[in-house]
Amino acid sequence: MNQALHRAAPGSAWEVAHPDGRHAIAVGLTEPISVRISGPVGYFAAGMNEQATVEIAGNAGVGVAENMMSGRVHVTGSASQSAGATAHGGLLVIDGDAAARCGISMKGVDIVVGGNVGHMSAFMAQAGALVVCGNAGDGLGDSIYEAHIYVQGNVGALGADCVEKQMRPEHLEELAGLLAAAGRSERPDQFRRYGSARQLYNFHVDNAFAY
Amino acid sequence: MTTITTAGLGGHAAGTSPAAGTSPATGTAPATHGDQAALDRPAGDPAALGLRENATFDRTTIAAIRHAAQTGLYDIRGGGAKRKLPHFDDLLFLGASMSRYPLEGYRERCDTDVVIGARHALQPIHLKTPVTIAGMSFGSLSGQAKEALGRGASEVGTSTTTGDGGMTEEERGHSQTLVYQYLPSRYGMNPKHLRMADAIEVVLGQGAKPGGGGMLLGQKITERVAAMRTLPIGIDQRSACRHPDWTGPDDLRIKIEELREITDWMKPIYVKIGASRPYYDVALAIKAGADAVVLDGMQGGTAATQDVFIEHVGIPTLAAIPQAVDALQEAGLHRQVQLIVSGGIRSGADVAKALALGADAVSIGTAALIALGDNDPALESEYRKLGSAAGYYDDWQAGQDPAGITTQDPELSKRLDPVAAGHRLANLLRVMTMEAQIIARACGKAHLLHLEPEDLVALTIEAAAMTRRPLAGTDWIPGAQGTPATSAVVGANA
Repeated sequence: MNQALHRAAPGSAWEVAHPDGRHAIAVGLTEPISVRISGPVGYFAAGMNEQATVEIAGNAGVGVAENMMSGRVHVTGSASQSAGATAHGGLLVIDGDAAARCGISMKGVDIVVGGNVGHMSAFMAQAGALVVCGNAGDGLGDSIYEAHIYVQGNVGALGADCVEKQMRPEHLEELAGLLAAAGRSERPDQFRRYGSARQLYNFHVDNAFAY
Repeated sequence: MTTITTAGLGGHAAGTSPAAGTSPATGTAPATHGDQAALDRPAGDPAALGLRENATFDRTTIAAIRHAAQTGLYDIRGGGAKRKLPHFDDLLFLGASMSRYPLEGYRERCDTDVVIGARHALQPIHLKTPVTIAGMSFGSLSGQAKEALGRGASEVGTSTTTGDGGMTEEERGHSQTLVYQYLPSRYGMNPKHLRMADAIEVVLGQGAKPGGGGMLLGQKITERVAAMRTLPIGIDQRSACRHPDWTGPDDLRIKIEELREITDWMKPIYVKIGASRPYYDVALAIKAGADAVVLDGMQGGTAATQDVFIEHVGIPTLAAIPQAVDALQEAGLHRQVQLIVSGGIRSGADVAKALALGADAVSIGTAALIALGDNDPALESEYRKLGSAAGYYDDWQAGQDPAGITTQDPELSKRLDPVAAGHRLANLLRVMTMEAQIIARACGKAHLLHLEPEDLVALTIEAAAMTRRPLAGTDWIPGAQGTPATSAVVGANA
């Protein structure tokens, strides 16, 4: 099935029926095609996606859209842990909740979650933006680098070196664009912004107990 | 000596200071930070005066304690374990004589080729020699060093391996056979590169630091390295030690399935482990569907890690191989799932011993860097300026390598001629291969992979226990079931 999708003509549209929670569905796509998966998927659905638009009509297992490079992945249900892990680009939209470590080590992807995200989300996040319309669990943005985090609801304890930051006009603009791209109706001015305090970028003996 | 600004890097963990334990045993006091004069001062041998050095608090230990007390920092360095460990030197081959025929040296064939990855991959790798180049990143190494590795390996028909930080054009261009590492950090991880690679190596750990992630200190996070890894320039990079989207053997099976689906089942998939519990880890890697297992012992080098990790975590290569082979044999997949062993491989004898114990191939890292020019005695005065000495230099994290290998400084990097250095590496690879052939022929083997444990005996009790080969001149295998402890006394030369 994946091999057929790898050979698909640009612009073509595909439907994967009865996915039945199987793993590694629609992975490694390289062409601008559209794929609709009508049902729940297992691990790593739409992993390493490039250019393709993938819609998952249902819930997604661990690591949905992991290491996506470009394109768009839309989960209409909720996603398990490590959604969008290490993804370098593209847009991941999750209408429901995302479990722990959403956006772990993200490297440029934009992620919009309609519901809540679990603990340690945006852990070691390097670049890109994580938008959470609901609440975020403990350890948000632990050891974060230059990624942007926007949360509308409550945030548990922030992770190491993650702080609340001022929402400047460019951030409101970025957030508005992401909400619009995700088809959300939330108002950007209802969100708060979090990012790196940049205190742990270099080793310092006085930080020995901060990690 | 090149000055690289460390503004904003103040006080990082021993990044540029001479590592404890690196001072040469010149009879002078060990050099500590800023104690350059001590290295240059001539002095007599204190032992000649009847003074006795403390074996527990020896001079490296004293230097380490003093360094910790003065700076509040632990030592970060490159390389592998420096302590003396049971190793291949503790094994000897039983050459053929009456009971077995030897093959004529230089006349009768002794093949060296090896195929890796035929278990599941549609395009397995064919190597002309079982000596491959271990994973080392662009970032930890200069572009010139990576190019030299590619040139040298390609000249003799073997593979090189990427490292943390992705694949560079230079490397793909100069390596005929390139293994792409898939690491926890996923720095620069690009599916295009997965497809461009000849094999994929899922890295779980490294012998120098099983359970630890990589490090790349700020001096080496230049603009290009930072861009490849999506990191701010000049930060002290701490790579993740666990993969971000899977944990444990059941998840690994699914991850391998994903990698195969993405690459249309073409590429061999290796799993690399640092040697700690090799029997279980290899068994689980096989179960997860690996085509090959890379087993890295504690002598294996690293670009940068805490000295305490390098010296105190993991087990020696010699101890790890038999346990890994047990797991392969119990699964009925020995020689079908290839075992690639690394960690302290220096010569053809080491290659032959690793293969005889059951490995299918080996990888060299430190030896390859030495072949390129690392720790060259011709650079002695420059190493001294850095507070080290030729043969002792291990501040690979500091980016000041006068040989132009473990650096990102453009001026230093330029010193390494990738063509000449690549040729030196090719020479070493040829010598190692021919040395292994010499031994194999002496044991009557027409292929390096025909070497077997029965060709070996142990020189030490430790090596005998670890490899389950009898102590030379006896039939005693310490710990072997059903072997009376007294058999050492009565054991006959078989």
